[in-house]
Amino acid sequence: MSASTAMSVGASSSWSKAMLHISPYTFSAVGIAIAIGVSVLGAAWGIYITGSSLIGAAIKAPRITSKNLISVIFCEAVAIYGVIVAIILQTKLESVTASNIYAAESLRAGYAIFASGIIVGFANLVCGLCVGIIGSSCALSDAQNSSLFVKILVIEIFGSALGLFGVIVGIIMSAQATWPSNN
Amino acid sequence: MYGFEALTFNIHGGYLEAIVRGHRSGLLTASDYNNLCQCETLDDIKMHLSATEYGPHLQNEPSPLHTTTIVEKCTLKLVEDYKHMLCQATEPLSTFLEYITYGHMIDNVVLIVTGTLHERDVQELLEKCHPLGMFDSIATLAVAQNMRELYRLVLVDTPLAPYFSECITSEDLDDMNIEIMRNTLYKAYLEDFYRFCQKLGGATAEIMSDLLAFEADRRAVNITINSIGTELTRDDRKKLYSNFGLLYPYGHEELAVCEDIDQVRGVLEKYPPYQAIFAKLSYGESQMLDKAFYEEEVKRLCLAFEQQFHYAVFFAYIRLREQEIRNLMWISECVAQNQKSRVHDSVVFIF
Repeated sequence: MSASTAMSVGASSSWSKAMLHISPYTFSAVGIAIAIGVSVLGAAWGIYITGSSLIGAAIKAPRITSKNLISVIFCEAVAIYGVIVAIILQTKLESVTASNIYAAESLRAGYAIFASGIIVGFANLVCGLCVGIIGSSCALSDAQNSSLFVKILVIEIFGSALGLFGVIVGIIMSAQATWPSNN
Repeated sequence: MYGFEALTFNIHGGYLEAIVRGHRSGLLTASDYNNLCQCETLDDIKMHLSATEYGPHLQNEPSPLHTTTIVEKCTLKLVEDYKHMLCQATEPLSTFLEYITYGHMIDNVVLIVTGTLHERDVQELLEKCHPLGMFDSIATLAVAQNMRELYRLVLVDTPLAPYFSECITSEDLDDMNIEIMRNTLYKAYLEDFYRFCQKLGGATAEIMSDLLAFEADRRAVNITINSIGTELTRDDRKKLYSNFGLLYPYGHEELAVCEDIDQVRGVLEKYPPYQAIFAKLSYGESQMLDKAFYEEEVKRLCLAFEQQFHYAVFFAYIRLREQEIRNLMWISECVAQNQKSRVHDSVVFIF
């Protein structure tokens, strides 16, 4: 169904009709962009929060630098999750014939990739923030009392599990992205 | 928004907050103070301090040490730390750090004006000024004859200018008026600082409100006690109290009419946080009041470090260092005058 037939059918335009006529490829592309873009935003945010505290605290207590790089690595892992999911999602894109673009199954595939991208992106955003803030406190506490490091690290591990949850659900969603076959 | 400072504080303040927390770990502990209290001479004190962060500042001093030298060199360390932080800070942290020193500026101004009144040499007075409160035209203060000249010649270019609006009279400067001027300036400064912190919002506003309210209340009590028996009228006394704090406004009404220490105690016992302070003193005693107030202040300053991502840690650190320098001065004086039994009268342990 093309846009002109849709407009001539109903007297008033409806938002749901407008939504249905956005190409599923638009949704997929935006989903992939959000998967990588927002994950990297979360990772970068977390790294600068941890890094600035770590640099300042290491002036008085140089021994903390090597151990506390773990916090930065946990934040970086979040960006890597985003890259992996974006690569997986882009392999799910397939071309369909013009008549099939607005078929129900194409729409479903498009929405699945979009949703997967949003899930992964935002889960990684908050995960990166969480690990970054805890990493900053971890560096400052370690500088005062070195026995606290391992205990706070456990909290960070729980925080970084959030990103993993997002990745798992995102990959399961992307398995739904089956485009109609061209025959 | 309170609660979300963690997201953006570290952009501008993360490095400096980490540095100030590193400095805090260098404050003297109870065991250091115990060692210092056991010293026999000032050279022993210098030896013990060389193992702490004050070492590099004291090591080049020649052997007949004076207590003023020790205090001066330790203050230099505080000034160095402060200047390093100030030059790295961006707005609004740099304004906040500057606000912390205005109290010292007021003290320096009053020191020079009082000294000039008593015909002391300006150079000698300049050496006694606190280094954190120095400003460029400070030596010109010796020339002024009354407050209007003081303002017009010197203070209009300093950050203290807005605090003078309540203070300008054409009266000549004498001891009483100078004390009133000091307290009026300090009142305006505290209120300005309080408003500034409220504008910053978030954790800074909450923690600084508590610390500044305690400061305002402490000053109100000290003004009351010091003006008992002088010719300061009740209305004048009430004008010197700040308009915020736990004691505002009802406590101030009652304090303004107090005529002796037991009445002051009666007023303050209605406020639970201050009841604990006065419980440590027996009736009629006021010498230990200063120490009790210092102990309470140190407790609150240490609590400021419990939260991250706010500016009050800078204020707390500078105040704790000043308390430490006061402790060192007391210990050095006791050792120099061979009065070691009195050493614990005025030392406030920080950790």
